[in-house]
Amino acid sequence: MGRYIAARIALMVPVLLILVTVMFVILRIMPGDPVLAVLGGRNVSPEVIEEYRRRLGLDRPLTVQYVEYLGQIVRGDFGVSMRSGRPVLQELMERFPATLELAVAGMGVAFVLGLAGGMLAATRADRAADHAMRLANVGLFAMPIFWFGLMLQMVFSVELRWLPVGGRLDPVSQALFEPITGFYVLDALLQRDWATLGLALRHLVLPAITLGVVLSGLVGRLSRTRLLEVLRADYIRTARAKGVDERRVLWGHALRNAMIPIITVVGMQFALLVAGAVLTETVFTWPGVGRYLLTSIEYRDFPAIQGTVVFIALFISLVNLLVDLTYPIIDPRVRF
Amino acid sequence: MATPVRTEPVSAVQVGIGWLGLRRLRRHYLLAIGGSIVAVVVLLTLLAGIVAPYSPTQAVGERLAPPGPGHWMGTDQLRRDVLSRVLHGGRVPLAVAALSTVISLGAGALLGWISGFWGGALDRVLCLVMDAMYSFPALVLAIVVVAMLGPGMLNMVVAIGIVYIPTYFRLARSQTLEVRAMEHVEASKALGASRLRTLFLHVAPLTVPALLAVTSFTVADAILTEAALAFLGFGLPPPTPDWGFDIQNGQKFLQAGHWWLVAFPGAFIILVSVGFGMLGEGLNDLLDPRRRHLR
Repeated sequence: MGRYIAARIALMVPVLLILVTVMFVILRIMPGDPVLAVLGGRNVSPEVIEEYRRRLGLDRPLTVQYVEYLGQIVRGDFGVSMRSGRPVLQELMERFPATLELAVAGMGVAFVLGLAGGMLAATRADRAADHAMRLANVGLFAMPIFWFGLMLQMVFSVELRWLPVGGRLDPVSQALFEPITGFYVLDALLQRDWATLGLALRHLVLPAITLGVVLSGLVGRLSRTRLLEVLRADYIRTARAKGVDERRVLWGHALRNAMIPIITVVGMQFALLVAGAVLTETVFTWPGVGRYLLTSIEYRDFPAIQGTVVFIALFISLVNLLVDLTYPIIDPRVRF
Repeated sequence: MATPVRTEPVSAVQVGIGWLGLRRLRRHYLLAIGGSIVAVVVLLTLLAGIVAPYSPTQAVGERLAPPGPGHWMGTDQLRRDVLSRVLHGGRVPLAVAALSTVISLGAGALLGWISGFWGGALDRVLCLVMDAMYSFPALVLAIVVVAMLGPGMLNMVVAIGIVYIPTYFRLARSQTLEVRAMEHVEASKALGASRLRTLFLHVAPLTVPALLAVTSFTVADAILTEAALAFLGFGLPPPTPDWGFDIQNGQKFLQAGHWWLVAFPGAFIILVSVGFGMLGEGLNDLLDPRRRHLR
């Protein structure tokens, strides 16, 4: 197991190297001067442009810039935000728990809905329920996530007033609350602050549903296909012949065996979750990494943009690693 | 055991259905429905100047009037007719989606053919680069590209075009590997045809149907990405009508209960991407009937 993890981490290096290189190409080499893009639209003198260029180290040869850029990433130095003057990594780490909390909750919703839907469709293959699920999947695939979020907001926050419009807590509680880990639900639990826990959960519901429902189509479609395959297997017939309760056959035997490919593909599609999180954070003013990226673009904070992109790349590689490492837990046959 | 041949009496209705080609239509209902939706929306968008009751950029009614006679989708804060804006609002997304698909299809297919046909170190490097790009969220990549290039239609085309290159690359490459092993390719090589000639005359053409079948899905995806970019403010400056941008504009008035500014542009985005999605499924069935029940 230890050797496998080591080998797997070693394999991450070239992929990461390529990813950060692609980002470097986009940020520095593509047509369109980053400095002009950053200062664009304003009347700036050539001196200001030169000064900006010098401060960002963009006046040096590209190869030198590239080596320095790689060196910085390896040292964990993501530069200093031009807007706040604080280290970009520090600012990202403050916002990351918010994104992760949203992503985990969204993933939870996606799996619950997707597996339930997939199960329903697979056990009633080619009947009305199955067709309804497939139709719903087509609709989910086509739905702009930000639109869905806005519609939920309109119904549940504006019309019914059941749930808050956005943010992680209301302003007063936000000011009083002292987070430990940055995961508000967890923090409130740790501090036994039940009022804040309720608030944090209420704020999390709509964003998590927005993100989860749109992704549940993917989970549902995959689980239907995999379950249909698995249900034809001999061991399912054996289990049924032994007289195992049908519910146990489905949830214990079939689902467990169908899970590996589902988790693999969903893990590979983790990028979708991140893209969805950026939009969900925008709709629900959720102070996460996605909002940080957009605000940095708005303020033309070049080091922060670059840092966020590299951060996301690192995060996705890490998730892919974790997905790989969950296999032996789900499937005891897989040994490293 | 041989499968018993099913012999059933053929009714007149069935003959009629067969004669009218309706059975084929029923078998390919996804293709028919998806195609019709796409055709109607594209036509409405192209003819928006004639079909739309009002100009999309001029004040014609009351401020923020709810949907009703005269303004079937209501009016916005600048007293413009939402229906007219929605009809005109498809121009930018559809054009961006079409043009960006041309870029990603062209570049992705070319790189995929070369990579799959040549193999070796070039293939390995290209695969790694494309896989790395593929693992990164397309929307975030597009946001960063547009942020660097600046907002605008052409820049959106470039950004979205770039992010879908890996999709076509992977498909073109895997198809090329399949075709490369075929006998006619062997024959072409044996006859002394150059590698370029073999690739472009005997390998590449056979990969085109599969590539085209995917196009419909990526167009749907590109429309959603364009909508997201426009929603985030990277699209064309106002007052150009654009579904994504109009949703962003309507967001400000949602809290006051003016739902129609957001609901209708979004409904059109869903409609057109459902259309392209169904078209894609239908094309897949048509090109590869074996996959029909696996999807």
